[in-house]
Amino acid sequence: MTNHRLELLRDLYSRMVTIRLAEERLADLVTAGEVGCPCHLYIGQEAIAAGVCAALETDDTVWGGHRSHGHYLAKGGDLGAMFAEIFGKVLGCAEGRGGSMHLLATDVGILGTVPIVAATIPLATGAALASKLRRDGRVAIAFFGDGAMEEGHCHESMNLAALYALPIVFVCENNFYASHMALTGRRAADNLVTAADAHAMPGEVVDGNDAVAVYDAAVRAVARARAGVGPTLLECRTFRWRGHVGPSWDMDVGVKRRDELQQWLDRDPIRLLRRVMESAGVAGAAFDEVDERVRAEIRAAEAFARSAPCPPADELDTHVYATGAR
Amino acid sequence: MRTLTYAAAIREAFAQLLEADPRVFVIGQGLWSPWYVGQSMTGLDVEFGRERILDSPVAENATTGAAVGAALAGMRPIVVHPRMDFMLLAVDPIVNQAANWSYMFAGKVPAPVVIRGIINRGGEQAAQHSQALQAMFMHVPGLKIVMPSTPYDAKGLLIAAVNDGNPVLYIDDRWLYEAAGPVPEEMYQVPIGSGVVRRPGTDLTVVASSYVAAQAVEAARTLEARGFDPEVIDLRSIKPWDRELVFASIRKTSRLLVVDGAWKTCGVAAEIAAAAAEHVFEHLSAPVARLTLPDAPAPMSRPLERAYYIHAPRIVEAVEHLMASRRPQRALVLS
Ligand SMILES: Cc1ncc(C[n+]2csc(CCOP(=O)(O)OP(=O)(O)O)c2C)c(N)n1
Ligand SMILES: [Mg+2]
Repeated sequence: MTNHRLELLRDLYSRMVTIRLAEERLADLVTAGEVGCPCHLYIGQEAIAAGVCAALETDDTVWGGHRSHGHYLAKGGDLGAMFAEIFGKVLGCAEGRGGSMHLLATDVGILGTVPIVAATIPLATGAALASKLRRDGRVAIAFFGDGAMEEGHCHESMNLAALYALPIVFVCENNFYASHMALTGRRAADNLVTAADAHAMPGEVVDGNDAVAVYDAAVRAVARARAGVGPTLLECRTFRWRGHVGPSWDMDVGVKRRDELQQWLDRDPIRLLRRVMESAGVAGAAFDEVDERVRAEIRAAEAFARSAPCPPADELDTHVYATGAR
Repeated sequence: MRTLTYAAAIREAFAQLLEADPRVFVIGQGLWSPWYVGQSMTGLDVEFGRERILDSPVAENATTGAAVGAALAGMRPIVVHPRMDFMLLAVDPIVNQAANWSYMFAGKVPAPVVIRGIINRGGEQAAQHSQALQAMFMHVPGLKIVMPSTPYDAKGLLIAAVNDGNPVLYIDDRWLYEAAGPVPEEMYQVPIGSGVVRRPGTDLTVVASSYVAAQAVEAARTLEARGFDPEVIDLRSIKPWDRELVFASIRKTSRLLVVDGAWKTCGVAAEIAAAAAEHVFEHLSAPVARLTLPDAPAPMSRPLERAYYIHAPRIVEAVEHLMASRRPQRALVLS
């Protein structure tokens, strides 16, 4: 394995562990009642955010939804600002106006993640349109779930993007559930990727638990976008380990999910990557080192969040309109 | 009489409607879920089959459009939006289609569809998971809108909505789901457009609906202890709303406070205040007061949330404030 490739694996590992450990801490905080806002955990899907974001430049934009801690962290969003946001504090990335489902990191291309399903797919398309008009070379990534593909404007956006050859990659994270409903109860066939054909763009099914496979697919799609050839649809197949919202494992969909979940636990994306790295000669201590560094970062982020105040009650109408020239 | 919670009363209305009329079916998200719509539809899919209780894909526009289409084709569909915020993705079938259909086709093809939009807020959910959007829809001719505040009305208004023969927006509030009250076992209707005096009084008229109406009743208890005698009117329907009931009350009390758990500008309270100014101006002894949310999106952070929403204490405050105010004497203009 080349050094360059090994560096990539280390990078992916670091991004994924950051997401995993940060969310495990958040899960504990929700359980303890210290975090009150709804948190949709990304645990189990880390390879997708990490693989895609590792293929991006800093000013490429990334768009997400209700389950976007992973997108935010993988793209380089600040941990402390995320924790503070989830605690509803003024030092949060949205100054405590949004919480977990409203992440923002303008310095790394995240202009807002929001919980209306599929809402950011057309917005990502618009960012890509802006890039095309400005010829700024940026690529937009629309991250969305299998459920989002049931919304009409997902398909309207794909058509626009293909028609105008926009620099965008549609990344569908198919975790086979939309809240309590399995994919089989919501679609006549397990064929999400075929939407690409319908909209005349390439589509690829990717093992969403294999960070390297995601990265390689993202590199191809991003290159296509940046070259002005047009959009790509990546269907990354994966599974969320926890409940739709909150830290529980399967309360919302009943026991049936438990067996299904077990198969996916056996394919833990972090362990899969670690195995690849180990066979390339990376020693156990190297992983411990990363884990320790990330744990320290999370402790610092939490302390930062706790130390900040909440916004004052008389600021209800602050920010309703933006002020200042842009 | 037997007591049910608000959520159980809604469930019973669904069950009786499904039992009584084979044209009734329900479509929307979360209908097979044990938690998505609280306990307001639990087990209906088991009782009536998943053909008539459709837990749908994430497709508000298509499911609402399909409900409207099925209504035009002779069915009595109820489409459920577990949050009003999501219902915004279905504005075309509601506003352009259902609301206009009767008029556009000279009343020959009615659109007897019920659109249930649930207000689900608080809990640090922020701007897109908190909205109460009744006013937007109140603006639209051709729609009827009901907003029950008690278990009795929750059941009776859902049954009336399905039987109305027009598109009816049925708005229920998750903050009321645990509230218990008397509910008859038989099928009954609460007439759409008729309000009710929840507490007769002589000092001022408090007009509200849904959650804030229940809070106004609670506020009245505190106010009574402080020596005030408010009349509390629960509108139950906001379109059409019971103008005569409100006007008669104002003629008696001479003061009006309108409470609405939504934004102020162009809101339900604005409409009622304007109507009062048009029709019973001479009976008002103080400026009309409105208690609403500020014109700002729902915040997330707890202290902001606490300051944002209206509960009973804020109504008490607003009543006391209004009781202290008086209509300004017209200034004498000397020439
Ligand atoms: C327009 C809209 N409809 C419904 C919802 C409620 N909702 C929140 S998340 C979700 C499931 C989304 O599933 P998917 O897109 O697969 O994402 P996942 O939760 O699996 O990450 C639904 C239906 C919503 N937030 N927005
Ligand atoms: Mg999903």
